[in-house]
Amino acid sequence: MQMPGRAVALKVWLLTVVVVLTNVFGNFSLSWGMKHSAYGLTPLGVLRTVFTPWVLAGIALLILWLLTRLTLLSWADLSFVLPVTAAGYVFTVALGRYVLNEDVSWQRWTGAILIVAGTSLVGATPPKTTGKREKAA
Amino acid sequence: MSAWLLVAIVVLSTVASDLLQSREMKVHGEIDEFRPGRWGRIMARVLRRRWLMLSIFFMAVSFFAFLVLLSIADLSFAVPATAASYAVETVLARLILKEHLNWKRWAGAALVIAGVALVSM
Repeated sequence: MQMPGRAVALKVWLLTVVVVLTNVFGNFSLSWGMKHSAYGLTPLGVLRTVFTPWVLAGIALLILWLLTRLTLLSWADLSFVLPVTAAGYVFTVALGRYVLNEDVSWQRWTGAILIVAGTSLVGATPPKTTGKREKAA
Repeated sequence: MSAWLLVAIVVLSTVASDLLQSREMKVHGEIDEFRPGRWGRIMARVLRRRWLMLSIFFMAVSFFAFLVLLSIADLSFAVPATAASYAVETVLARLILKEHLNWKRWAGAALVIAGVALVSM
């Protein structure tokens, strides 16, 4: 089914939001789980840490991230998907600062603003510039 | 293991994984199925493609190196530092995947890379 241009743009943006959020919260959950692990850094300790709720939730979110991102890659170029999903770094920095209480310097905030600018610029280009546009799934 | 060696492993395996995934999904064609059950079945079939399986292997390498990195470094260092892959991937998207990058794409990618470099300070 051929969708009109606006609908194509809308589905690309909606899926981009899902890809960004599953990545940010997946990484956040993993980091939280790893840092608050009761087990040591031995191979067995790491293995036991993987089966704690925060780490498992992180892995589940990252699996969802992989599948939604593959779907997005079927609609859009890699050189489109990479910069627009970089919006996630901004959320990650904010989460690191406000939830994990990490130090965030002015350089990091400046970097976050540059990322937003780059994301907006790439977001203004057509998502797909190569090859076949339609195929029944 | 040093943090930067882990960063290098994460970057190289990420580049290999993303190029393979983008190539395979271009070959596959657009997925326009949004009912969760059917979408899940399509994705399960997609994941059995040979090159995608290899991309998942590289992703696993990247993931486990990243897990170890997270255990010795801050999240707000680890995530941005591993994004050096953006520069490599953007150039390879042009050279290998033959994507057409106009000035907005190059400039946007440059801004993102500069931003990511600043974020990792």
